[in-house]
Amino acid sequence: MDHLPALVNEARAAIAAAEDAQALDQVRVRFLGKKGEITALLKGLGQLAPEERPAAGERINQAKQALQSELDERKRVIEQAAMQAQLDAERIDVTLPGRGEVNGGLHPVTKTLERIEALFQHIGFEVAVGPEIEDDFHNFEALNIPAHHPARGMADTFYFDATRLLRTHTSPVQVRTMQSQEPPIRIVCPGRVYRSDSDLTHTPMFHQVEGLLVDEGVSFADLKGTIADFLQAFFERDDLDVRFRPSYFPFTEPSAEVDIQCVMCQGEGCRVCSHSGWLEVMGCGMVHPEVFRHSGVDAERYTGFAFGMGAERLAMLRYGVNDLRLFFDNDLRFLRQFN
Amino acid sequence: MKFSEAWLREWVSPELGTQALADAITMAGLEVDAVEPVGAEFQGVVVAEVIARTPHPDADKLNVCQVEDGSGESVQVVCGAPNVDVGQKVPFARVGAVLPENFKIKKAKLRGVESRGMICSASELGLEEGRSEGIYVLPADAPVGEDLRTWLQLDDRTIEVDLTPNRGDCLSLRGVAREVGVLTRETVSAPAASPVAARIEESFPVTVSVAEQCPRYLGRVLRDVDLSVATPLWMVEKLRRSGIRSIDPAVDVTNYVMLELGQPMHAFDLERLEGGIEVRLARTGETLTLLDGQTVDLDDRTLVIADGNGPLAIAGVMGGELSGVSRQTRHLFLEAAFFTPLAVAGKARDYGLHTDASHRFERGVDPALTAVAMERATELLMAIVGGTPGPVIEAGDPDLAFAGAEVALRRSRLDACLGMALPSDEIEDILNRLGMTVTASAEGWLVKTPSWRFDIAIEEDLIEELARIHGYNRLPVRRPLARLGLTADDEATQPLRRLRRHMVSRGYQEAITYSFVSPELQALLTPGGVSPALANPISSDMSVMRHSLFPGLLKALMHNLNRQQQRVRLFETGLVFQGELDALKQTPMFGGLVCGPRDVEGWASRRENVDFFDLKGDLESLLALSGSRDEWQFEAETHPALHPGRTARLYRNGEAVGWMGALHPAVRSQLGIKPDVYVFEVTQASVTHGAIPRFKPLSRYPEVRRDLAFVVEAGVGVAPLLDAIRRRAGEWLTQWQLFDVYQGKGVADGHKSIALGLTWQHPSRTLNDEEINQLIAAVVEEAESRFGAVLRS
Repeated sequence: MDHLPALVNEARAAIAAAEDAQALDQVRVRFLGKKGEITALLKGLGQLAPEERPAAGERINQAKQALQSELDERKRVIEQAAMQAQLDAERIDVTLPGRGEVNGGLHPVTKTLERIEALFQHIGFEVAVGPEIEDDFHNFEALNIPAHHPARGMADTFYFDATRLLRTHTSPVQVRTMQSQEPPIRIVCPGRVYRSDSDLTHTPMFHQVEGLLVDEGVSFADLKGTIADFLQAFFERDDLDVRFRPSYFPFTEPSAEVDIQCVMCQGEGCRVCSHSGWLEVMGCGMVHPEVFRHSGVDAERYTGFAFGMGAERLAMLRYGVNDLRLFFDNDLRFLRQFN
Repeated sequence: MKFSEAWLREWVSPELGTQALADAITMAGLEVDAVEPVGAEFQGVVVAEVIARTPHPDADKLNVCQVEDGSGESVQVVCGAPNVDVGQKVPFARVGAVLPENFKIKKAKLRGVESRGMICSASELGLEEGRSEGIYVLPADAPVGEDLRTWLQLDDRTIEVDLTPNRGDCLSLRGVAREVGVLTRETVSAPAASPVAARIEESFPVTVSVAEQCPRYLGRVLRDVDLSVATPLWMVEKLRRSGIRSIDPAVDVTNYVMLELGQPMHAFDLERLEGGIEVRLARTGETLTLLDGQTVDLDDRTLVIADGNGPLAIAGVMGGELSGVSRQTRHLFLEAAFFTPLAVAGKARDYGLHTDASHRFERGVDPALTAVAMERATELLMAIVGGTPGPVIEAGDPDLAFAGAEVALRRSRLDACLGMALPSDEIEDILNRLGMTVTASAEGWLVKTPSWRFDIAIEEDLIEELARIHGYNRLPVRRPLARLGLTADDEATQPLRRLRRHMVSRGYQEAITYSFVSPELQALLTPGGVSPALANPISSDMSVMRHSLFPGLLKALMHNLNRQQQRVRLFETGLVFQGELDALKQTPMFGGLVCGPRDVEGWASRRENVDFFDLKGDLESLLALSGSRDEWQFEAETHPALHPGRTARLYRNGEAVGWMGALHPAVRSQLGIKPDVYVFEVTQASVTHGAIPRFKPLSRYPEVRRDLAFVVEAGVGVAPLLDAIRRRAGEWLTQWQLFDVYQGKGVADGHKSIALGLTWQHPSRTLNDEEINQLIAAVVEEAESRFGAVLRS
């Protein structure tokens, strides 16, 4: 019994010296295990005088409990250190780029078209599309542009033969819609159009969005309101100045060109607006009765307005693109700028 | 239409500055394109007279001149122009003058001789494009000492108006002035002109055979003219400021009258005319050599001016070379006619021409002008080239000429269209100012339009005029009213924008390529494919409509490969055009292309290039959006532009809807593309249309999975094998995975090992081993008997 303090000291030293869970367990087994040295002392109690046993037993048990709690404490420290070591070992550089980042992007013209479509869809317009190889009737005649009309010179047309051509605007879709559908009609017609013109500011193919609203009691005031709302929404500028200039299109009457305050210089005058402070962005007007007649709409009962704009032009103004031809080179360095 | 502001102000001069005037014109619908000074900036240049000229003692090409510049002393100046001569009036830049581009004139010595100033050429003063030959010799009556800018009225601007095709009435000073008068309520005054009485009896006979195309033809003989004289400077300058070069006095006067009044005229050399003038349709086989030197074959729909020998001119388009005037012409026959717009429309274009005359006649020339213009031209010609006029003779049928229209205007219609009620007195005032006669009617007004407004035929035309003059920007603004109605929305159809975004999220950039492509490239990629060719392409490499999206996508690929872009993933949506025009299909397609490294270069990326299955995976994920992946089959087939061993044709429910594959190495080498390229295209209809999901109850019973490995010949397609196995695996089969395909060690040459995981689950009970073993036996039997597969132990 007299060597209990020495044994406890020895055990404490061993616990402190144990560097990992395994070594610590060996210490536990050596002192507190079934055949451990402290356990052996308990087993040797029987050899003591009966009156000495309770006191001796209590001393041994106290020593055993003290050692057990030191073991637990040591175990906790060792586990914590191990966890810390693991965490340290698992440290990564979180500033590295992520894996498999692959996003592509929409073409800026598509982005623009979708944006225009969505703005009109929000107020109840539907998207309508049609063929790109058209006939003379739908592209010209039905739009009040008979053969040899000087207005045919306004659009340089690509022909296949005497009567078939690449549509010069998406207006044929309006005609087709009016032929097949009863008013009220509210549509926007996005799509490719073609004109045989190729220079710094013209490509032989470009995109238009045209719109048409036909109903009872539609007026020029409705047209002005719709167009002004649209342009302010498109450019996200509530205070954007919009003006309507009399113009001529065979398929509308009255007809107007629409100018906005230059979005590059806020109307101060710059190269983009030719120092006028205004940008011409679209054409519009009240549907010509002759167009209604060709499309089978009762022009006495219904009135309507139509408008049309070039998607590339709006994309250039919106995104600051300065060269139209870039849109069709499909250069990845250009396309990725719109991702 | 281009004219000088000063000329316009001779007609009408509102108290507006140049810019305000231009803005007013623009906002009335005559869009001002440009306002530019009529000449370059310069100062210190005066009219001077050359009083002496002696050769330079030390230079062959120089002259030493003495000029009188109004200062009272003669000034010595060295001049290098060959045409300088004593007695000439010339523009003289004094010492201290500043010429265009800030060129300052200083006292100088030229080869030892003092020169104090410079005698200028027209181009040195910015009055002529290019380089003038010699100095600018001014008319003899030019006042010595007068500032040249003042004398030439150079403090003036050119206004260029881009007229819409309906406003032919504004293709003259008279027309523009009339419009400005309406806008500003200013009085418009025409230049004083008086009829010129005939001094001789002589006339030249005219008959009009097609009066409905030429209701008015006025002719007049002007004898004994001298076309060798110069056109007066004031006229040359006005023409120049309208963009017209001076030719000779006869042509200049007809051009001047056209600009001033709007009436195109023609002057014939009377001595070249034979018999009499006939206005008739050309006869098949007739030809005419035009003023521009080209000879055209006339067709029998073309109105011509002819004489006894045949056609002299295409009516309202261009005169002939033989009957045209020259410096030697002694007697003139003047023409002022009204050809109807339909008689001229399209004719110039048919002959590849576009002239100032045809431009005006196509749009409509006021028939009331013929007589006025004839008198004005006679008067001007006589003042310049002299001559003795004969009487004006007229042929045709003036009753057939346009005399304005009668149009009813309803108050209700006007108010409904504008969304407001214009006061009646304003309506009548505007219409009156526009030259219309207005009478009130029960519903509104009856309006008689003037003979120069060919564009006003219906009620809406009048409404536009009222809106335009009142001012578009003063009209009300409101938002349209509509009944709220839901629109149909087909849940089973994926919108194209959803499919596009799917490709974007898989790393593709959207391309938009031209719908017309090079026929050579198309023949290489879809040999035998027929698509329409343009009759008037912009260039040969954009001359046929695309039969497939492949040509455009590959062109875009090559553009990028040539710019060091190695990893390219593109897609495009759009129409392809298949078949002859009469059996044409315009089909919306969805196509794409991959080339280069599988991943973007990066610290964690794989370095290998894309292969067939990268593209197929992207494509399958696109097809899966429709929710009907099972309806699709990829069959090994061959396509002329694709690698025969790496091409699949796409079928949906047995219908061929597209292709995918590797570009054929021979095609790649023809195009100079080094890396492998994989392409696909499929109809949009097949990928957008899907199904609405249908719920099946979830089973609460355990699933059973068994893995099987078969060895089959390498040529056996996995998809048909898998399909067959699925069919034999019974209705409780819920999942199947192809988890390994292996060729190599342990598998016989020419064979491959295929490993499958099959999972069964019963909806309402637990499956037992015996049931599963029976299903597996059936599957193995099917694989062995139909595909020669051997189960690996």
